Amino acid sequence: MPSIYLDHAATTPMVESALIAMTHQAQVLGNPSSLHTHGRATRKTLEDAREALAKEAGCLPSEVIFTASGTEANNIALKGLYWAGQNSGKNIIVISSIEHHAILDPAHWLKTHEQAEVIQLPVSDAGVIDLDFLDNLVKTRGDEIAVISVMHANNETGVIQPIGEVVRIAGQIPVHTDAVQSFKKVSLSFSSLGVTAMSLSAHKIGGPLGIGALILKRTVEIPSLLHGGGQEREIRSGTLNAPGIIGFTAAATSSYYNADAVAALRDRFISSLQALIPEAIINGLSSERLPGIVNVTFPGTQSDTLLLLMDGEHISCSTGSACSAGVHEASHVLLAMGHSEITAQSSLRFSFGAASTPSECDFVVSVLPDVITRGRAANLT
Amino acid sequence: MKLIAAMSGGVDSAVAAARAVEAGHEVIGVHLALSANPQKYRSGARGCCTVEDSHDARRAADVIGIPFYIWDMAEEFHDGVVEDFLAEYAAGRTPNPCLRCNEKIKFAAVLDRARAMGFDGVVTGHYARTEIGENGKTLHRAVDHSKDQSYVLSVLTIEQISGAIFPLGDTTKVDIRREAEARGLAVAQKPDSHDICFVPSGDNAGWLRDRLGSEVGPIVDQSGTKIGEHKGAYTYTIGQRKGLGLTIPTPDGSPRFVLKIEPVTNTVVVGAREELAITTMRGERAVWCGPSVDERHQSGFVQIRAHGAALPCTYFMDNGLLVAVLEAPLLGLATGQAMVIYDGDRVVGSATICETE
Repeated sequence: MPSIYLDHAATTPMVESALIAMTHQAQVLGNPSSLHTHGRATRKTLEDAREALAKEAGCLPSEVIFTASGTEANNIALKGLYWAGQNSGKNIIVISSIEHHAILDPAHWLKTHEQAEVIQLPVSDAGVIDLDFLDNLVKTRGDEIAVISVMHANNETGVIQPIGEVVRIAGQIPVHTDAVQSFKKVSLSFSSLGVTAMSLSAHKIGGPLGIGALILKRTVEIPSLLHGGGQEREIRSGTLNAPGIIGFTAAATSSYYNADAVAALRDRFISSLQALIPEAIINGLSSERLPGIVNVTFPGTQSDTLLLLMDGEHISCSTGSACSAGVHEASHVLLAMGHSEITAQSSLRFSFGAASTPSECDFVVSVLPDVITRGRAANLT
Repeated sequence: MKLIAAMSGGVDSAVAAARAVEAGHEVIGVHLALSANPQKYRSGARGCCTVEDSHDARRAADVIGIPFYIWDMAEEFHDGVVEDFLAEYAAGRTPNPCLRCNEKIKFAAVLDRARAMGFDGVVTGHYARTEIGENGKTLHRAVDHSKDQSYVLSVLTIEQISGAIFPLGDTTKVDIRREAEARGLAVAQKPDSHDICFVPSGDNAGWLRDRLGSEVGPIVDQSGTKIGEHKGAYTYTIGQRKGLGLTIPTPDGSPRFVLKIEPVTNTVVVGAREELAITTMRGERAVWCGPSVDERHQSGFVQIRAHGAALPCTYFMDNGLLVAVLEAPLLGLATGQAMVIYDGDRVVGSATICETE
């Protein structure tokens, strides 16, 4: 029985070059902060990697702050930019209503513990943020806004957000974007976008787990979350994870990901799915999307039941969101796009990777009608 | 067979799942999330329904090597078990929520869903046995009578029992813990769950008071003379002696017991111990785990508490009610409890006690 993995937006296999570079670096002795020969050697390798990553992200090497995850990068950016703004009397955080929990939850935390006012940007049924709403907000209360954070592309639907427009509307207000899903999937340049901060993660692009980066404009100073040795611009202390960084950069500089091929697979999946299950709703279909993500609502089903049945067919896909107890909840992203609690809980996310094949795609589509039938029956009990 | 193993995070359901796998079945572990707001950690003697318990269940499934999922049954549990529990108390009866959970959740909502998804049945860690007889599956007491849970399963219909697998019925609890240890299951020494899972503190009276209020009412003797006051009739149980707070003694100094709870007038009636004695009980909503009982008088046993004694009796149907006439009188029997009829170790059926005399 073949086992098919269509959850590449959760994590994706490591690129071979990244695995080799990382395991090699793991055998090299030397703390990059040490002043002796061993330390300097590691530092040299690391700074080479930083320069290479900066090139891929369209930023300056000094703008790269390595973190342990995309979540950490988001936390540093949102909290840091909020606190920096708070010092000059600004207490509003503007986020989109479809952010990942790694933005939603720190925003909520700042509201509860640091007197922040959190304003969420609505999105259209097609999953794109409402720029008019933002425009009005900036015009009326712009001088109170400490930070605006809008993800570059949504992790559940793959819908790409108009970050350039956000930056234009924001003017002098700092803009952060969570680009974890977009990096290396679509064209992405920190300097062209004009954002103040941008979050990246290695394991979504074929790099190792446990390493991410915050890209932060050189001129911006924000308070740090982790205090200690002062590594990474005094913003993020902690011995640099040399093997992780080397693996991250190796993945970022490899050309393993063929966006056109992945997009073709996605479109093949969508058209055969629509032919077999006409009532299926492809969320965000009319919007510009990432090549690898398809989010489908199957009316009359429950996502967690579908996931179990798909798993039984040896197919790994995702329901989009889960709480700590593992109980499936309606996706806040789909709710924001106008779904009801019921239809928001009737959806699956399929995400394709660089190595996904047309035959895998066809097999998944072929088992779906029966899975949907059984899922509907279970939902009626 | 393709089976769903309901895994609470406790030792029994973990071993039950492992045994089902070993018996050659294709098994999937499912943890039922029954609380909309689960507590993070276990407290006191409780042993399920926390996030920690769902992690224990997941870990057991991983060790056994079966897929594992969490099913959100919070709404069904609230409507079918918690609301019923409150309504029964409010009506002056003493419900058994575990029984209701088996009837409405584990072998109804879960079993139906499992069947719709293409599974053949549900495996649980209950201590009970089933046997295949001429007329299909029958339900029997577990070998370990001290752990026997056939009482709380007695509400299952033949159809439900046909989809139920109880792999632990032939083993003692001590041996199950030993087996869990040998199988490398970390829950081997996890304490048994006690109390009612949705009453986190174990303070049943307090939990009820928060939801049903504490309206003061009279405590009266059998002549109707008021001799005290209570704060919520539902916090009393038939046969209860302690905690009545009565200051007027009986003429002969003998203790008083709760005889009756009258929800409409919010009255608690107390009286002498002898007054508690009953010989006949009638039950409504009878369910048969095998052939139906009719008007013919048959002898067998009736059990009225989860781990109570099996009392010799004659049983029969009368005007749609299941009647059990005891050989020896019984002191203190609350309505709302289940009366379960046994023929030896076999469960004949059960009904909810509505009248006693």
